[in-house]
Amino acid sequence: MSGDGVLAAPARTVAVPAALETRRTPFSWTGLVVHLLLLACVALIAFPLYYAFIISTQTVDQVIARPPVLRPAGHAVQNYVDAWTRAHMGRLLWNSAIVAIVSAVGKIVISMLSAFAIVYFNFRGRALCFWLIFVTLMLPVEVRIMSTYEVIGNLGWLDSYAGLTVPLMASATATFLFRQFYLTIPNEMVEAAQLDGAGPMRFLWSFLMPLSWANIAALFVVLFIFGWNQYLWPLMITNTEAMRVVVIGLQDLIPRTGTHIPEWNIMMAAAMIALLPPVAVILFMQRWFVKGLVETEK
Amino acid sequence: MRRTVNVFAPALAALALLAASLSAPAPALAKTEIHFWHAMGGQLGETVSELVRQFNQSQGEYEVKALNKGTYPEVLTAAIAAYRQKNPPHIVQFFDVGTQTMLSSGAIYPVFQLMKEHEIAVNWGDFIKPVTGYYSKDGNLYSMPFNSSSPILYYNKDAFKKAGLDPSKPPATWKQVGEFSKKIIAAGGAKCGFTTSWPSWTMLENTFPWHDQPFATNENGYKGLDTKLLINGEFGVKHIGQLAAWQKEGVYSYGGRMGQPDPKFINGDCAMLVQSSAVIGGFKKSIKFDWSTGQLPHWGAPYKKQNAVVGGGTLWVMKGQKAADYKGVAQFLKFISDPHQQMWWSVTTGYVPITQTAIKNLEAGYHFKKNPEQWTALSQLSGTPTANSRGHRLGNMAQIRDAIEPELENIFAGKKTAKEGLDAAVAKGNDILKEFAAANKP
Amino acid sequence: MKRSVFKNRGLPYLLVLPQVVVTLVFFFWPAFESLRLSFFRSSAFGDKVVFIGLENFQKLLVSSDYYQSVVNSFIFAFGVTALGVGAGLFVAALATQRVRGLVAYRTAVLWPYGIAPPIAGIIFLFIFHPSYGVLPYWLSFVTAYEFNWLLQGWVAMALVIIATAWTLVGYNIAFFLAGLLAIPTSVIEAASVDGAGAIRRFRLIVFPLLAPITFYLVVVNLIFSFFGSFGMIHAVTQGGPGGATEIMVFKLYKDGFIGLNLGSSAAQSVILMLVVIGLTALQFRFVEKRITY
Repeated sequence: MSGDGVLAAPARTVAVPAALETRRTPFSWTGLVVHLLLLACVALIAFPLYYAFIISTQTVDQVIARPPVLRPAGHAVQNYVDAWTRAHMGRLLWNSAIVAIVSAVGKIVISMLSAFAIVYFNFRGRALCFWLIFVTLMLPVEVRIMSTYEVIGNLGWLDSYAGLTVPLMASATATFLFRQFYLTIPNEMVEAAQLDGAGPMRFLWSFLMPLSWANIAALFVVLFIFGWNQYLWPLMITNTEAMRVVVIGLQDLIPRTGTHIPEWNIMMAAAMIALLPPVAVILFMQRWFVKGLVETEK
Repeated sequence: MRRTVNVFAPALAALALLAASLSAPAPALAKTEIHFWHAMGGQLGETVSELVRQFNQSQGEYEVKALNKGTYPEVLTAAIAAYRQKNPPHIVQFFDVGTQTMLSSGAIYPVFQLMKEHEIAVNWGDFIKPVTGYYSKDGNLYSMPFNSSSPILYYNKDAFKKAGLDPSKPPATWKQVGEFSKKIIAAGGAKCGFTTSWPSWTMLENTFPWHDQPFATNENGYKGLDTKLLINGEFGVKHIGQLAAWQKEGVYSYGGRMGQPDPKFINGDCAMLVQSSAVIGGFKKSIKFDWSTGQLPHWGAPYKKQNAVVGGGTLWVMKGQKAADYKGVAQFLKFISDPHQQMWWSVTTGYVPITQTAIKNLEAGYHFKKNPEQWTALSQLSGTPTANSRGHRLGNMAQIRDAIEPELENIFAGKKTAKEGLDAAVAKGNDILKEFAAANKP
Repeated sequence: MKRSVFKNRGLPYLLVLPQVVVTLVFFFWPAFESLRLSFFRSSAFGDKVVFIGLENFQKLLVSSDYYQSVVNSFIFAFGVTALGVGAGLFVAALATQRVRGLVAYRTAVLWPYGIAPPIAGIIFLFIFHPSYGVLPYWLSFVTAYEFNWLLQGWVAMALVIIATAWTLVGYNIAFFLAGLLAIPTSVIEAASVDGAGAIRRFRLIVFPLLAPITFYLVVVNLIFSFFGSFGMIHAVTQGGPGGATEIMVFKLYKDGFIGLNLGSSAAQSVILMLVVIGLTALQFRFVEKRITY
């Protein structure tokens, strides 16, 4: 997902038929087989996380025991406390939250403003701006890391929240999503607002924004996850513990250059803590996500 | 009324402040801050902080601030970036193999010069020779050695006993390593005989000097930048070839790079491990079975038993600071090289003490009798190095290691013969050296 | 279409300013710097910089390591895409076979999308661990072959492919579900009345209708596995063993950040830029039918 984890879905997707949620069918053997297969798939997909959770509740000896123990054990609290303190989770989670939320909100705000300007104004350089923003789709952070690192260094933003969040904030795809949406707003609405004497900002605030909540929410989900799961960028520009984000901070716990018995149980506990917020966001905001991105045309 | 209160309040406050300041002890003059960036995390990092604290408390003019900036490459990249912003730290810790890179940089302030210009007397002759050999140019120390280690053999005494081997006699030759391994595996003492951490460092970079074999031309790079690797010669092929053969037999079990193989030894899967002496402290806390250490195994005749080269890291002083700060830097470096600090650092971390005085004092305190493992590393660093065993002066050594280790993996996985793999490694390594030479034409 | 617009003169500039500034400072400037640096050879500290023209590129083109990384990137990207899209289609097709609980199933498979690839990688690293992992343990009952990702390149590659596909499959399923549900049931019923079995129906009717979505997902998965997977590789395999999982993005980082060879790293950046441009152009050409303004 170039740029920021979002690609605007093909313009012609789908309105989900209302009948989706309430189909009722009589019992059938094929239905049963299908259900079983689906459950098997769900189980397969869920297994790694289940396994990680199990490990996070065991003691080190149980972890390395043969045959592997696949039931949860009772050591969870100790492991999670250990993971929390040893990896300084509080700080890490805080940093990740800041990066995720600030970059998501920042992106949404400036993309919305840009899209609004491009759609609703005729100004010189409009086409230039449009293409300028478009081209950034082709410049994911990975292809510009060394030089972006230099720029950040020049600004004195190494090891800072500014350095972590601002470079993530220009998002072409969010701009396109908003633009696409604004293009579907009928002219009559704009004219009515102008007749009412509403200025452009008023129009944006009172008319467009309420209409685009689904888009905004969906974008927030994707951008939050993208920001939370950022790896390369925080890896490069932060090297003090105080500024690390959680997916990097976990590294300290990986039993890699271990002079002690690898503590996979602590590692898994830390991983569980780290993945909880974005997964929770997806679970709770799943509906918006699907509505706003998968089903773009209503 | 409001007005009056507003007039009185600040006056009262000022009086209070005056009173407080008169009764308080005279405030200390602001200390000059010295920034020290290092790569020691976890337990080691805490020990560094303690060392720094001791220095700060011993005098009132300077305050050293130690900061863990990540791994060695991360520390250097951060330092370079800072240097380019004209805001470098005063002291940077970098690893042994980065010495050539630092020397060619033009960004460092040689330590011997620092001490001379600030008239701080350091007994340079007190440092052990392998250490001075590694970090000196033209007989002068350019960086201050800090955490030095050497690769030694760790072995599982319980496994030895099970196989009927004398647990107080670790194998001294590679042949014995093979024999012991087979006996242990047969007796069920372990699943594999031995494994090696930091494969390039232990099996090539140290094994060559240990046998007085040249690792690269130009006396391992000391004499010029147009250096070429020599690890694919007869000795290299013989040694690595034997490891590959043992890998097939299960005597040797390749476990990955850096310290990744350590768990194989700790959990008893492998009876022996070649790893840095720096992990002694960690092992003491975590290993449950009876263990001890021996020297790095040797092939015996016709190869001489020379010495191992120091590993670990060293402290570089960076240019570009205020002149007044450097006095503090010099004082700090003198502090950490004093016998007392040397002894404390060595005993706490497991890194070897690097001055003769410190070593003698430790001996006098029976330290090595009580902790024989700590003597093992030192015993490999004694004597006078030859041209082959002074150390390595190869530019971009980290990259070279990154070129060598995948080839080692190819060899151990049976994809290439030892000669093919080493030839490929040498080809890539030479390229890197050429690149470095071109980029650093004096 | 003539759009109604607002007439303010200065306001639009103000509105686009934040995005344009960030774009110029953090996208274009570094991109040009990369381009510029790729023509130089720099020392680590940046004090000695020599113009060498296309030499960095030439070196890359003859470097077997670089070709290895390109090949690895393609294997990885296509592996992830094939597995992720294929599995996604399979599960979505199952779920739309007129069963209840569609939303529940979708919820149950969508959440891995929120897991950071490095974390997914670490979990799979453990599952695949030669000494402690549950997978080699189970496989040992089936075959005596020792699956050791530390030594065998293909096992390491399988590990990262599976782990990456795992995080993406939920996303793919969500899209396929929507696409499948949009196919009018009348079309499908007509086909079954005609005597076409489920598989035939799928092949001849459903799959072609799904083409736009499939194409879109393929591009998304490809782009992600080309660029977004750095974290997984860095956290799990560091490109090993023997460079088997060293993808282009990782090599770029390694050469620049660890090897301190800024020139080569910049040259690799430039090449990657061309790849992205190609992929993105592809996506916009075939997926977004019109870009008008």
